[in-house]
Amino acid sequence: MTQATLDSRGSDTKRPTGVVGTEAPRPGSGGISCYQQNDIFRQSNDSESDAQEAAHVVSDSFSIYYGRTAAVKDVTIEIPAGQVTAIIGPSGCGKSTFLRAINRMNDLIPGCSQSGKLFLDGQELYSPQLDVVALRRTVGMVFQKPNPFPKSIFDNVAYGPRMHGIRNRRELTEIVRRSLEQAVLWDEVKDRLNDNALGLSGGQQQRLCIARALAVEPEVLLMDEPASALDPRSTARIEDLIGELRGRYTIIIVTHNMQQAARVSDRTAFFYEGELIEFGETRQVFTKPLQKQTEDYITGRFG
Amino acid sequence: MKLGTRKILDRAFSGLGLTSIILMAASLIILLTPIIIGGTDAFVFKGTIEHRAFQLNHFGRGDSEKIERQMAEAASARQPVYDMIEDFRAEMKTMRGPDKRYFQEELDGVIAALNELIGPMPGQDLAQLARTKYGATRWDRAQENLKHLLYTEQWASAAPGEWATKTYMPRADTFADTALYPMFGYVESNLQEMLRPQWTFYWQFLSDEPIDDHMFGGIWPMMVGTFYLTIGAMLFAVPMGVLTAIYLVEYARDTKLVRLLRTCISTLAGVPSIVFGLFGMAFFIRGFDLGGWHFSVSDNKSVLAGALTLGLLVLPTVIRASEEALKAVPRAYKEAALSLGAGRWRTVLTVVLPAALPGVLTGTIISMGRAAGETAPIIFTAAVSTGVVLAPWQVQEATPALPWNVYAMVAEHKEREALRHVQYGMVMVLISIVLLLNIAAILLRARISRKLRG
Repeated sequence: MTQATLDSRGSDTKRPTGVVGTEAPRPGSGGISCYQQNDIFRQSNDSESDAQEAAHVVSDSFSIYYGRTAAVKDVTIEIPAGQVTAIIGPSGCGKSTFLRAINRMNDLIPGCSQSGKLFLDGQELYSPQLDVVALRRTVGMVFQKPNPFPKSIFDNVAYGPRMHGIRNRRELTEIVRRSLEQAVLWDEVKDRLNDNALGLSGGQQQRLCIARALAVEPEVLLMDEPASALDPRSTARIEDLIGELRGRYTIIIVTHNMQQAARVSDRTAFFYEGELIEFGETRQVFTKPLQKQTEDYITGRFG
Repeated sequence: MKLGTRKILDRAFSGLGLTSIILMAASLIILLTPIIIGGTDAFVFKGTIEHRAFQLNHFGRGDSEKIERQMAEAASARQPVYDMIEDFRAEMKTMRGPDKRYFQEELDGVIAALNELIGPMPGQDLAQLARTKYGATRWDRAQENLKHLLYTEQWASAAPGEWATKTYMPRADTFADTALYPMFGYVESNLQEMLRPQWTFYWQFLSDEPIDDHMFGGIWPMMVGTFYLTIGAMLFAVPMGVLTAIYLVEYARDTKLVRLLRTCISTLAGVPSIVFGLFGMAFFIRGFDLGGWHFSVSDNKSVLAGALTLGLLVLPTVIRASEEALKAVPRAYKEAALSLGAGRWRTVLTVVLPAALPGVLTGTIISMGRAAGETAPIIFTAAVSTGVVLAPWQVQEATPALPWNVYAMVAEHKEREALRHVQYGMVMVLISIVLLLNIAAILLRARISRKLRG
């Protein structure tokens, strides 16, 4: 069992795996809006402040099993609030499975079980008292393949708010507008909100899915390889968008693409065969990995 | 495998497919052609003055002045016939007893045939059936009836062990050298004037009630009955079937019980429809006693019992089709809805069901066509041969229905030979209804699919 390197920089970032207020502290935009510096490796001093943030998602010896086989083994990690955390690793290493545990999408998979503890804001996610619907409201998700509903663009974004009881047309319009603007899609679709969402391009669809997830005002946004089905140009837009959203949401992104992880994330976790090998500041993970396996992976020796 | 062999096999396969399609098309044409030709006959035919007189007297249709003038003209054309009969009666009075009896019998036959051809004679008193008050309303029937007037059928006894053969004996021969003899020639050559045939478009065949057991009028009550039974069956089967399918697809785990349930549903789809009919009679009409209470849908045949029986009949089809449609909804839709915080039921209602709607609709419409056309389930539960148009709330009443009336007319009607046009007409209307339903379904599905595809 690999003892996960919780934080590479030691005591100043260590946080108790305890209760954190539901109102997750969000970093001021000042510290992090420096996304424009695309080269993450140059963000040397700014990222010091990121580490000060409270842990938002905390797992404690958390394992997930498909039937008898463990897909995620004994993962202990503290994902800080308001930052972009990338999870990298070769195929089948359990990174997606771990991600989907955070909003309990694994419930859909028959024969999937778990042990250990997983917390969001100090609340245990797999406790029987947990309201899954409320959890998923707090933890939004963007999937690998764009999956807009076969409805109009407006209805897609309004789906979540409507479900949560907002019927007022003006209010809905406002939410749709705001969400689409956040997802940097508004200018492209503002004149055809009533067109079917499936008529959009793949990249636009994915941004629509992000807008749809943002419309319910989540605190955490899970992204399961959000750009893997897109062309490079759309991928770049999605990455820019992630930069825009940084600071406002705790973003956890699973990606195959190491350059992408390096470009967009503040922190990187490396999974291998279900285990968390290393977790630290992205710059450190990519330049001075503490573990041999991490180094082998990022230098392309396997995976 | 060699390239050549593969090519030959390929060609053979596509050829086989093509052949079967052509065969199917051919059999469809062979099936539909007589139905369309025969069915059109119910709407478009050469109607005689008797038809127009009936329409005028019964429904007040047509230009009464013109029809009365034509009737007067036809009456004057018929007058010589009646005169000749009177002359012959006078002649009979002079005859000897045995001859008189013989001719009286023959004359009765002639008059009966004349009644069928041109209606009752002046002053003749007949039973109060519409069919005895009018002659042949259709020119093709008139020609048939003319044959009955001119000839008598006789079975020639052949040698022992051989079939007897039917021969036609001219009646005129019987009356040779009497005052009636010229009547036969007169009728044969003046039938046009006596009946005044005219091309008629009788579209009211659809909207008229049948009169005197389909001898006159149309098929409106049967159409309405079919409509009620079909809609009633769908009102029952579609919600039940879709709910069942949702349960099976979205909620049920793959347990032994569920697998058994699925098998049962498949089996139900293959149960002969007459069994459903018997079940419907036993369960809905005879009912059952439970703790001193008697449960039954109605005491006698009724629309409700028939609709429920038909609903049960198509339920497996609806379930199966809906299940397939629900299964085909991309998982991604469901995941997206769930990830937005939708509950299971909500996900089904707002995302899964709309996406599955085209498939569900297809199944529904196929079953609708089936429900509209089924005869066996309604024999015991709903259908009667004659009945009035029911109001939608009269669900406890029995109703006529197209499939049953087609069967009853072909199998049980006394005048079935004379009413082929009505039988074909009903079949054609039934097929058209089913076809229209299918077309409507295809259009609706295309529209929804287009909307879903964007």
